[in-house]
Amino acid sequence: MSERVAVRKTYKLFIGGKFPRSESGRSYLVQSSNVSLASRKDARDAVVAARAAVKGWAGATAYNRGQILYRAAEMLEGRREQFVALGVPGDEVDAAVDRWVWYAGWADKLSQVYGGANPVAGPYFNLSAPEPTGVVAVVAPERPALLGLVSVIAPAIVTGNTVVVAASPTEPLAAVTLAEVLATSDLPGGVVNILTGRITETAPTLAAHMDVNAIDLTGVTDADLAADLEVKAAENLKRVLRPAPADHDWSADPGVTRMTTLLETKTVWHPKGV
Amino acid sequence: MTATTTSARSELSELGRSETALRTFLHGLPGVDQVGAEQRAAQLGTRSIKTTAKAQAIDLAIRMVDLTTLEGADTPGKVRALAAKALRPDPADPSCPHVGAVCVYPAMVPHVAEVLRGSGVHLASVATAFPSGQAPLEIKLADTRAAVAAGADEIDMVINRGAFLAGRYKEVYDEIVATKEAAGDAHLKVILETGELATYDNVRRASWLAMLAGGDFIKTSTGKVPVAATPPVTLVMLEAVRDFRAATGRQVGVKPAGGIKNTKDAIKYLVMVNETVGTDWLDPDWFRFGASSLLNDLLMQRTKLTTGTYSGPDYFTLD
Repeated sequence: MSERVAVRKTYKLFIGGKFPRSESGRSYLVQSSNVSLASRKDARDAVVAARAAVKGWAGATAYNRGQILYRAAEMLEGRREQFVALGVPGDEVDAAVDRWVWYAGWADKLSQVYGGANPVAGPYFNLSAPEPTGVVAVVAPERPALLGLVSVIAPAIVTGNTVVVAASPTEPLAAVTLAEVLATSDLPGGVVNILTGRITETAPTLAAHMDVNAIDLTGVTDADLAADLEVKAAENLKRVLRPAPADHDWSADPGVTRMTTLLETKTVWHPKGV
Repeated sequence: MTATTTSARSELSELGRSETALRTFLHGLPGVDQVGAEQRAAQLGTRSIKTTAKAQAIDLAIRMVDLTTLEGADTPGKVRALAAKALRPDPADPSCPHVGAVCVYPAMVPHVAEVLRGSGVHLASVATAFPSGQAPLEIKLADTRAAVAAGADEIDMVINRGAFLAGRYKEVYDEIVATKEAAGDAHLKVILETGELATYDNVRRASWLAMLAGGDFIKTSTGKVPVAATPPVTLVMLEAVRDFRAATGRQVGVKPAGGIKNTKDAIKYLVMVNETVGTDWLDPDWFRFGASSLLNDLLMQRTKLTTGTYSGPDYFTLD
């Protein structure tokens, strides 16, 4: 009897809840696996998918979003061995799950903490509520492969944004595996879209795209590229998160800046009457 | 050649006189190879159109759009806004061409007419108890006359599918002839509603029937039934207008309508026109797209080509 031939995996993109190859047909080798090399058009398609998902995701109740993110954390926990096999340290997987759960908890708390009633001089109830900004483009940090990625995706989506993530070019396997986690955790298709490949190819398209509302440059290491991306982002006044310093400690308490930067405050003046 | 064409022409013009002759002719048309038509349409959809060719295709497609709103909720204000968009689809770019026509219900025609007057953009009105066509003939003709009187220079009529499917071809023929007469100088587009015709053979027969009866355009759909324009149906209709011109010398236009939502689809149709009937039909006078959301995607793609950055729906009108 002949020996069984193993089924080798091709690591594909994650766009609109599906796993397509790059429309360009290109791929590159990472840890002897084929990984899709995303093109500008893939970035465009991902933005279209992310935009289509905004209404449903931002419109879902905060409680519901939190529950879905908890479910993603459960799935992530269940895939621990798979991440370890890809070379992600066990401690990092645990930290990533904890980070995900921490952010999930913020889903139904953020608007109490960062919204509220404002005292105004006039017969009005004046209320401010934080709302998601829309489609967020994210350049994920190159390392740590999983914790870094979770630390940029979770804060963006917990408030109701949808994201297009340019994954780390050197560590894309963990990113695609995280996509498989998200695809099996009730997260609506298009809320998270992951592109693997060259940052220099996808990030400028995303930064210039007029239908992207914010860009997170965390993973951009080249100062010139970062400046160029900020200039492009200024065209339609995107919100910008600046690159993380090289010595950033990803295991430290992340704070809330990543969530609050990607919000718009809506203030309502309501006449009080007698 | 000329002699045969002339005799064929007179022979074809006699067909409308009797039910039997019409039936014999329509059922004598060769059957459509369903798999072949679908495969051919799919194959033509794989062509890659890039850079300058794409820019040209987009501008041509914009000029071919029949910007349409056919809703119960249409108001004079809404159709005026649509007409203004038809004149200048991209206000930020004066080099952007205007669309082919605006297509509205008869009651809205006067409001559109005052905006479009003298602009070169045609004004189409649906008529004949659109979209079902299930009304007495006098009402359909009155509908048509009212639309023309109000300023429409193109009439989109629906055929009587009930009669067609029941095999009463003469009745359908006579209705088209009568509507053509009522429309006077206005161009007559005949809507076959292919989604209700069930087979490609029926699409071919209805196309010929509409052309024999004097239609200036054949149009796929009303946009009001689930199945609208599809590439294979349009292919069958293009073949019909090609064969009709070969037989009679008269050129008839084609208008796929409904379900064409983005630039990629529109370019696929243009490729199909070029490959099936040739460049004679690559003109807004002979090929139109019945669509509303298509225009915004065309404009976004046009902006991408001219500026290099992808645009978003925030920068175009909602309609």
